[in-house]
Amino acid sequence: MVQILPDTAPASRAPARARIEAVGAGAHALSGVLDLRSLPAILPQLEALEGRDVQIDLSGLEKIDTAGAYALIRLRARLQEQGAGLSLSGVQPDHQALIERVAQSLPKPETETAAPRNLMALFDTLGRKVVDLLRFLGDLHAMLGLFLARLVYVIRHPTEFRLTALIHHCDQVGLKAVPIVALMGFLIGVVLAFQGSVQLRQFGAEIFVVDLIAISILRELGILLTAIIVAGRTASSYTAAIGSMKMREEIDAMRTLAIDPALALFVPRILALLIVLPILGMLANLTGLIGGAMMAWIELGISPGMFMARLLDDTSLDHVIVGFVKAPVFALIIGVIGCHAGMQVGGNAESLGAQTSSAVVRAIFMVIVADALFSVFFALLGI
Amino acid sequence: MPETVIELRGIVNQFGQHRVHDNLDLDVYRGEVLGVVGGSGTGKSVLLRCIAGLRPPQGGSVRIFGQDALNCSEAERRAIDMRMGVMFQDGALFSSLTVRENVEVPMRNLPGLDAGLRRELADLKIAMSGLPYKAGDNYPSELSGGMRKRAGLARALALDPEIVFLDEPTAGLDPIGAAAFDELIKALSETLGLTVFLVTHDLDTLHATCDRIAVLAEKRVMYTGTMADMLHIEHPWVHEYFHGPRARAAVETLERNA
Repeated sequence: MVQILPDTAPASRAPARARIEAVGAGAHALSGVLDLRSLPAILPQLEALEGRDVQIDLSGLEKIDTAGAYALIRLRARLQEQGAGLSLSGVQPDHQALIERVAQSLPKPETETAAPRNLMALFDTLGRKVVDLLRFLGDLHAMLGLFLARLVYVIRHPTEFRLTALIHHCDQVGLKAVPIVALMGFLIGVVLAFQGSVQLRQFGAEIFVVDLIAISILRELGILLTAIIVAGRTASSYTAAIGSMKMREEIDAMRTLAIDPALALFVPRILALLIVLPILGMLANLTGLIGGAMMAWIELGISPGMFMARLLDDTSLDHVIVGFVKAPVFALIIGVIGCHAGMQVGGNAESLGAQTSSAVVRAIFMVIVADALFSVFFALLGI
Repeated sequence: MPETVIELRGIVNQFGQHRVHDNLDLDVYRGEVLGVVGGSGTGKSVLLRCIAGLRPPQGGSVRIFGQDALNCSEAERRAIDMRMGVMFQDGALFSSLTVRENVEVPMRNLPGLDAGLRRELADLKIAMSGLPYKAGDNYPSELSGGMRKRAGLARALALDPEIVFLDEPTAGLDPIGAAAFDELIKALSETLGLTVFLVTHDLDTLHATCDRIAVLAEKRVMYTGTMADMLHIEHPWVHEYFHGPRARAAVETLERNA
């Protein structure tokens, strides 16, 4: 057993030192404590030892640990490489056992062949990324298809529908998001009215601020910004909830109990979004108009009555319809991406975090892409 | 009489109204492998956490290396901690670091240790824990349960501690892996002069590695002694534990191998 100094001061305050002294031609005496803490100080001296046959007397050594043993073995290996040798004398039996144990378990490094960095590797990476992307899009469509298939199934077998789960998710996704969506809509209306009034006042067209607010909020901003907020709130919570179930093998347990995860988890969640997102969008539109009307009154003196009259006379219902057509599509995008990312979670908490954040980014990005496609589509139709 | 490295006196651990330990005494001697056994809920892991400084007890005193470990400065506690290593049940490796980086973590606090030597020493510890060299480049999630435990042990040994705490080292391992781990613990404790505090349910591990066994029952350490002593204790739980069908099988296997 390794002999250890009696405990006096804490080791960190007064680290015990190792000393090496020359006692003759090529002969040295190592004494003190040769451990991980004293090693950095003594190592340069050990590394500097040269000669045909280096002898080190260890009889004065009080303590040695694996790091110290390793330093001696490394020294021996270096000297042997140079055609010299190292002999240890006066080694206490327990120190000897430790040195042998370390020598035995010395790791054998395996040289790895690094992948060559050339043009081919670059194309290889690019190709893999493209295939991954296509596979991801394919997976999303598979998830959408699964949802629709189960939705049809549920319509034909209404007893298997989980109404409680649907209502729970409507509450989580919808009711709990009301304050933030309402506030956001209101502030957007305020900002639009303020910025619009500054510009339109320059050529005396103040009244058009009503059209500006109505069209931009009803057609685009109300539903788009609602979808972005919901994507941030809900896609992440769907991924986290389904992902943690996946991580703890709950989803596998469901399958073995003949419960369809798609029916139990995906349908209520995505359906809840489909129901709730248009309502939240409507709320954002309403509070946006209120915010705009308020700002127009304060800034331009357009009374709420005048705002209302102008709104009803001049704003086509088309704008409202264009806005609302997008809502179910956004809801599907958010729900499908959230559920899909949840199912991609692997066995560790790290992948849960990675999938949750990537679900939010993907959902927001896809919502904006879809919005852009809608703009092109409606422009072509001339609505 | 060997030196006492851990001395527990009158330890009280309580969760709300539920008292887990009441007036618990225990001594751990230098160089021994102490196995702590007890039924579920007798607070084996709580005791380990209490000595390792993760959970201060509600009462009693903990002396480690002759020093009061509860009423000492942070620097003194740190100095004590650096002389102890803990292997958690599933390794508790940092998931964002490779195994080698995990083992290097405790060494980063040492002044003057350059990165090259640190890496070599980490590789040495990984090899001593019985892992292949390549495992050093793996992330914990890429390892099997048994390999994670070995990696956890490698990290616990990084600073060449004098005491190592092992929480259920063989739980969840297959019998071959568990036996190999038992041998590893025994060999390391002999050559490195380690004091091992081992919490286990595994009778084979107790037989194969432990010099002394401490039985937790009735909120304190009821008995301590060698495996042979345990066989003669009349306390119903202890008798059941060491004479049950699984215990007999473990003894028979050991005798056959001897």
